[in-house]
Amino acid sequence: MTRKVIKAAPKKTTMKKAIPSDIDTQAGYVRIEDAPLLPPPPSEVGVTGWLYKNIFASMSDFGSVSATLKSVFVAASTLFILYFLITQISGLLDFAIFSAVWSDPEGLKRQACWTVEQGGALPNGWHAACWPFIEAKAKFIFYGAYPSDDLWRVNLTYALGGFMLAWVMIERLPYRKIVGILLLTVYPVMATVLLTGGAFSISTGTIGGATILGLALITIGRLGKAGYVSGAFGDLALVAGVCGWLVILFAAVLAVFAIDFDLEAIDTRDWGGLLITLVVAITGIVASLPLGILLALGRRSEMPVARFLCTVFIEFWRGVPLITVLFMASVMLPLFMPEGVNFDMLLRALIGVTLFSAAYMAEVVRGGLQAIDKGQYEGADAVGLSYWQSMRLIILPQALTHVIPGIVNTFIGLFKDTALVSIVGIFDLLGAAQSTLADAAWSTPVQGLTGYLVVAVIFFVFCFGMSRYSMFMERKLNRSHKS
Amino acid sequence: MAQPQNTAEQSVDQKTIVSMRNVNKWFGQFHVLRDINLSVDKGERIVVCGPSGSGKSTLIRCLNRLEKHQDGDIFVHGIELNNDVKNIDEIRREVGMVFQHFNLFPHLSILENCMLAPIWVRKTPRAEAEEIAMHFLTRVKIPEQASKYPGQLSGGQQQRVAIARALCMQPQLMLFDEPTSALDPEMIKEVLDTMVELADDGMTMICVTHEMGFARRVADRVIFMDEGQIVEQNEPEAFFNNPKSDRTKLFLSQILGH
Amino acid sequence: MFGRDRSLTSLLNDTFIRGILFQALIAIGLFLSINWLADNTLSNLANQGKTLGFDFLTRTAGFQISPTLGTWMLDYKVGKSTYTDVYLIGIINTFIVALLGILAATVIGFTVGIMRLSDNLVFRWFSSFYVEVVRNVPLLLQLFFWYFAVLRAMPSKREKLELVEGVAGLNITGLYLPAPIVSDGFIYSFLSLIGAIAITFLVRRYALRRQAETGQILPMFWIGLGIIIILPVLVHYLNGSPLDWSLPEFKDTGPKLRQGYQSGAGMVLVPEMLAVWLALSLYTAAFIAEIVRAGILAVNRGQTEAAYALGVRPNVTLRLVVIPQAMRVIIPPLTSQYLNLTKNSSLAVAIAYPELVSVFAGTALNQVGKEVEMIFMMMMVYLTFSLMTAAFMNWFNSRVKLVER
Repeated sequence: MTRKVIKAAPKKTTMKKAIPSDIDTQAGYVRIEDAPLLPPPPSEVGVTGWLYKNIFASMSDFGSVSATLKSVFVAASTLFILYFLITQISGLLDFAIFSAVWSDPEGLKRQACWTVEQGGALPNGWHAACWPFIEAKAKFIFYGAYPSDDLWRVNLTYALGGFMLAWVMIERLPYRKIVGILLLTVYPVMATVLLTGGAFSISTGTIGGATILGLALITIGRLGKAGYVSGAFGDLALVAGVCGWLVILFAAVLAVFAIDFDLEAIDTRDWGGLLITLVVAITGIVASLPLGILLALGRRSEMPVARFLCTVFIEFWRGVPLITVLFMASVMLPLFMPEGVNFDMLLRALIGVTLFSAAYMAEVVRGGLQAIDKGQYEGADAVGLSYWQSMRLIILPQALTHVIPGIVNTFIGLFKDTALVSIVGIFDLLGAAQSTLADAAWSTPVQGLTGYLVVAVIFFVFCFGMSRYSMFMERKLNRSHKS
Repeated sequence: MAQPQNTAEQSVDQKTIVSMRNVNKWFGQFHVLRDINLSVDKGERIVVCGPSGSGKSTLIRCLNRLEKHQDGDIFVHGIELNNDVKNIDEIRREVGMVFQHFNLFPHLSILENCMLAPIWVRKTPRAEAEEIAMHFLTRVKIPEQASKYPGQLSGGQQQRVAIARALCMQPQLMLFDEPTSALDPEMIKEVLDTMVELADDGMTMICVTHEMGFARRVADRVIFMDEGQIVEQNEPEAFFNNPKSDRTKLFLSQILGH
Repeated sequence: MFGRDRSLTSLLNDTFIRGILFQALIAIGLFLSINWLADNTLSNLANQGKTLGFDFLTRTAGFQISPTLGTWMLDYKVGKSTYTDVYLIGIINTFIVALLGILAATVIGFTVGIMRLSDNLVFRWFSSFYVEVVRNVPLLLQLFFWYFAVLRAMPSKREKLELVEGVAGLNITGLYLPAPIVSDGFIYSFLSLIGAIAITFLVRRYALRRQAETGQILPMFWIGLGIIIILPVLVHYLNGSPLDWSLPEFKDTGPKLRQGYQSGAGMVLVPEMLAVWLALSLYTAAFIAEIVRAGILAVNRGQTEAAYALGVRPNVTLRLVVIPQAMRVIIPPLTSQYLNLTKNSSLAVAIAYPELVSVFAGTALNQVGKEVEMIFMMMMVYLTFSLMTAAFMNWFNSRVKLVER
């Protein structure tokens, strides 16, 4: 390495110690020409550098006895893990792809996946996926016993939901807010009608009564706004107005449910598979969000009674396993209702799941509320907003954006937990797959593994995708927070 | 390995405490230290300045092996810095360091922060360690905070504790890595005062700092770094009044310009 | 407010009064709805000809429970044991599988979590692979996998898969292991183990005092390990090894119906329990790994650097600086993972491992039909455990909270 420097004449300085004279880097030194920019040594970059840094650095310390032992141990475990990973992954690929039986052109069913020993044609010791079995059961695994002629209704529901969700998530599209609101309000009604067939027997009296009640409440609200109602009752009148709109909305939903769209009614007992999984998870999350927000606000409220009740409610549901909640919903809910009121099994499970996840949602939202700077509350108070106004306009929008990752994570948990409804006799994705295993026509030693593999892959794709999305949102929120 | 191979170098000058020769370092493709040559004598006070990203911090972090140089030789206190764990231990015992963000241990009290290294590294009896800790806490003028926790102190106080903590190991050389840049203006002075006192007591110091007043007052030598190289070094008077390199001039005009 | 005439309207405008009114409304609403629910329940029960009451607890249970720790501890006998016994068996079985699961999950979770931070790429790959796969697949599916696809696919009752020749083996009826047979003198071996632990504590105290006085550091880890291993082993053998092992006995000769593992020799872990244990600990370990990783990452790099700069060796830095800080971050979410694991043990109902939900809210409920009481009793167990955990967490958090200004 050449060094080109010009040494200025050493100066006498006020240093207490004399200037050492050994090297050229002393006072009055100026570098005239840049030191060359050199390529890094191989230990820093390139394949060798990468390998050294990522693998061998952890096992190349032989400085002492214990360090040597550690290096040897690390090297041995690295080899072992590498071997394990390679065998497992290649084994999985072999099971699922290379050795698998892909088709059953002769319609042999289980015999297509039998070895010679078992009476089939495959070599002994063969052990791989039996895809014709899944092909034959695909409809059941994805839709349950939903009538084949009406599958378009399910697919249409999926397509609509997927389309709207994609619209909301792609940031460049216009009207994202409106689509989002439609997704949360109109879409569930539409999905319900499409999936069940609608035309519920709701008496016109109920709808009419609700409409009249709503109109009356709205009128009171209008009077209040116009100043005809005095003092504190004015506020109550405004509240009545808001309730009126909710009642009218409710009546509208009932009316839509009562309309006969000429769709065949399909009992929820015939639903199954992935359809149930999606219905339970999505209903659970959408319904639990507003409930969770209310509970979170209640738990942070200054009113002791409200706070106490919300805390008890939240801690109760969080303290018990979902299974017991589902047991309770399926066994005790009918007991709680007046005689003659009967929920179908799916609705009971939905109620249980919603209450359960509302408690978790409440804790997520509470985390978001706590993370909001005190100044925001004070600012909202200072400009004279009422409690509900400041929550709606200032606090909740911030808190909810803050906790999107948390909400997605709760959703992932709920999505996986839907598998538990199979224990109370609802055939979700896992339940449906499990029940196909009982079909003797396809009974082979690989039947179970094949079925579980399919279910695992579906769950994995959904959950992994969502967790990546939540991580993406987290990074994005962190970025926007810093700037 | 405990003794460096080139004893010739060492015998030339026993006063030298740091000597870096042709030191190069890369972060991945990035050449952060380029052909660094530096020697520091016992008792010398050196201020390193330069624009951000110029490799100042990396330079002094190489001196106690918080960063590993890849090319060239570094001798500290006559011991070569290489992969030998014993050498590294020995050097770290003799070199104290103060960080920009204090890095006090939040779960230990101030006193425990100061006693940790004497007890576990120097194997000092507890009573003695406490005595040493209190001595240096008194020297940085916060003996009354000894039983508090770092989180209860102001930034300036925390940085003074960090200095005391480093001094408790009675090092031969103190490294300061931008000790005042994370502090509020009114706290900078108390930390600088402590550093000036330390300098007046004859401690060998290498300070990365932008406090030019401190440099003028205390430094025996100012080193200006840019793009990973030592561009210019001189005694403070000459450095500030008569910079030779264009880059130094530009830098000085930027930080002294207002 | 006070200056004015306190008419009804101004009273209603007072925020304090409003709060009280609002809360009273909530309370009344709640009371009414509970009343309504209770009414419905009572009338529904009456229609079914049922009454409320816990007298069923003293009745004898008439069903078989597969042999597990709970049945062994309470000496369960069909037609003799009561429903209280069934309840307790459920609780015991829940807790034993939770305890075993917590132990295994902690060990696996910490290992995988630390591996995820290794500078060895193979370790990192393995642990992220493990964490991502296990976290994103439902626990119930994993339970089914271990039970139906792995343990049910084991050799049949008359065959075996030998794990350790003559000592441990596996077939469809479970995992067979040697059972300890304790004879009289064993109590001394056990006492000497406790004694060794006590001595270690004393030596540790001495070592700390010695360090405080002279600065000398004793290698406490090795000394303690030595005492705890050597002393009990010595006592045990001097005492004539008063502990025998009953090895599992496998017969592949003789009458066909008598072949296979023999009852009365060795001990057996039923496949249901094995599956629950495997699934719970592997699943929870993935979450614990993430907690451990986050906890260690939460300790600022500057902390390690500061310790290194003071000359503190890496292992001492780990012990005195990194671990104490990381544990503050790790322990609260870790406890809630333990709680989750305990709650998740209820999934065992799906493969009929006789834990609380399965045996009490399942089989027993079908026999007795006291839905309200039995589901209440079951939930109480989980709630008690949750509240105890929450209390511990509050205590821990207040204890280790870093002192701030």
